[in-house]
Amino acid sequence: MAGPGGIAVVNKTKPTKGFGKFLYDLNKNKAYLLLTLPMILLVFIFNYLPMAGIIVAFKNFRYDQGIFRSEWVGFRNFEFFFRNPDAKAIILKTLGYNSAFIIINLVVSVGVALLLYQVHNRRVLKIYQTTMFIPYFLSWVVVAYMAYAFLNPASGVLNRLRVLMGLEKISWYTKPNHWIFILPIANTWKSLGFNALIYYANLMGIDPEYFEAATLEGANKLQVTRHITIPFLYPLITILTILAIGGIFSADFGLFFQLPMDSKLLYKTTDVVETYLYRALAVSGNIDTASAAGLIKSIVGFICVVSTNLIVRKMNPENALF
Amino acid sequence: MAGINKRKGIIPKIALHSFFILLSLCFIIPLWAIVSISVTGDIEIVNYGYRLIPKTIDFSAYRFILKDPSTILSAYKVTIITSFASAILFLIIGSMSGYALSRDNFKYRRGVTFFFFFTMLFNGGLVPTYILISKYLNLKNTCWVLILPLLVNVWNVFLMRTFFQQLPKEIFDSATIDGAGEFRIYSFIVLPLSKPVLATVGLLQLLGGWNSWYLALLYITDKELYPLQYLLQIMLLNISMILNIMQKNIAAGSNVDISYFDLPNESMRMAMCILAVGPMLLIFPFFQKYFSKGLTVGSVKG
Repeated sequence: MAGPGGIAVVNKTKPTKGFGKFLYDLNKNKAYLLLTLPMILLVFIFNYLPMAGIIVAFKNFRYDQGIFRSEWVGFRNFEFFFRNPDAKAIILKTLGYNSAFIIINLVVSVGVALLLYQVHNRRVLKIYQTTMFIPYFLSWVVVAYMAYAFLNPASGVLNRLRVLMGLEKISWYTKPNHWIFILPIANTWKSLGFNALIYYANLMGIDPEYFEAATLEGANKLQVTRHITIPFLYPLITILTILAIGGIFSADFGLFFQLPMDSKLLYKTTDVVETYLYRALAVSGNIDTASAAGLIKSIVGFICVVSTNLIVRKMNPENALF
Repeated sequence: MAGINKRKGIIPKIALHSFFILLSLCFIIPLWAIVSISVTGDIEIVNYGYRLIPKTIDFSAYRFILKDPSTILSAYKVTIITSFASAILFLIIGSMSGYALSRDNFKYRRGVTFFFFFTMLFNGGLVPTYILISKYLNLKNTCWVLILPLLVNVWNVFLMRTFFQQLPKEIFDSATIDGAGEFRIYSFIVLPLSKPVLATVGLLQLLGGWNSWYLALLYITDKELYPLQYLLQIMLLNISMILNIMQKNIAAGSNVDISYFDLPNESMRMAMCILAVGPMLLIFPFFQKYFSKGLTVGSVKG
């Protein structure tokens, strides 16, 4: 029997409102809640608690004083960050590289997917796809080793080739300008297998009747590709591109940190938001700037992701994140 | 492929396959380069540089490492423990959540989903996380710091939820009528039916754990706890110390002296890389179909 606001355990009188109802629902759903509780706890600890910690950006954080007793300084950390001449450069670099990556990856992956679609021999197709997928299993550390095999100034493959051709060796790891090209190449190399696979899987969904109808009308292969195959990919291309733009402030830390081997001389062209944050925090111990920059990054990233997803949702609801 | 007729294509077969052979080489050659450098003698490296086919095969780098394998064995131990533990734990914790979120009669389903989902939009950032983990949770230099953050993978939880949602409703209805509680349904009915998604997600987590180095970079300074990839990174970055010396030389006006790179342990570095990566590369491609399936499902709406 239920008292006022009490828990109804005997199912004669089910409470319909108030705290009693809340407890009743809790009890009824307890199995589900218990099932999902561990994950809730983990997400709370590792994602939500740090969210609360963003007030560090407004404080002069001292390790021994902790978050709560450190002195409040308002926006001073932010001023400090923006007054740093590198700040704008870093943001521009991040945006620049990510934009280049998006465009290059799009063109190359779609191109390779279209070409894969022309391969009819199943076994050979599998071989090509497997080799393209190798980089997916490698971490950026391993890829950095591979790059080193090519870029080692003394014995690397590229410099040996240059010598063979009568050219001078290049000291790859101390000349920043070359990395404007090296980084996109490495980025495309690593993600080609994965990206091409996504587009290729999409191409599997084309109804063969379209092709039959087209060839009956006398279209050749080029026309078929231009008017049927590629347009079929437009929705997916649009969505993936927009979603990629949503992440335009997040650089791939592994790429920008491991590949240049953390060489200071290359920072001019390889230091982006992620690596800047890491170095400010873990190397220079400059928590003030790092926390301000980090908060800006999180907020801008949030705005980007939400707005791009809203756009995608308008177009094709099932492809948006929400 | 079905539907494309056999007329002469715009791209003759030879050109097409040549392209793909060249492309495949782009992926194989770098790997091969590491293998070949690891079995090239150091003197030959100094004289002839890295070659794709060494003049003489010399296993001394491997012998040197395996003479005192304690470093690499310890790294293997750490990596195996952390990656398998994180994969198994995630399969349990994540599938429980995925299951709960897939059930329509879970009243708080939408709330919890949003709770998880919001973390994909906004996150506290590196600094607060770092402070939390190192100061308040005191997880620096522990095994757990290499495992727990890997478990917080909302994307894969949603992946599993999608899978569970596609199980036929009758199974649940008849089980509930028979009086089974949710735990029972989860353990004895849902899990056995979910082998594909469990395999995929398990492998994804395993790969992630195996390749992980970022957590060690931030939180591990104890040599005994270095995972494999982090160990590799340290070996590679020894070079950058030399580069920074070079920077001082440049600043002082002298020329860049490339001979700094004629270090005696080039092949040793590459041998270490092969030892760390080899087993994984031999095993994971066998499971490639799981990865492809998981990725294509997950990327077009999770």
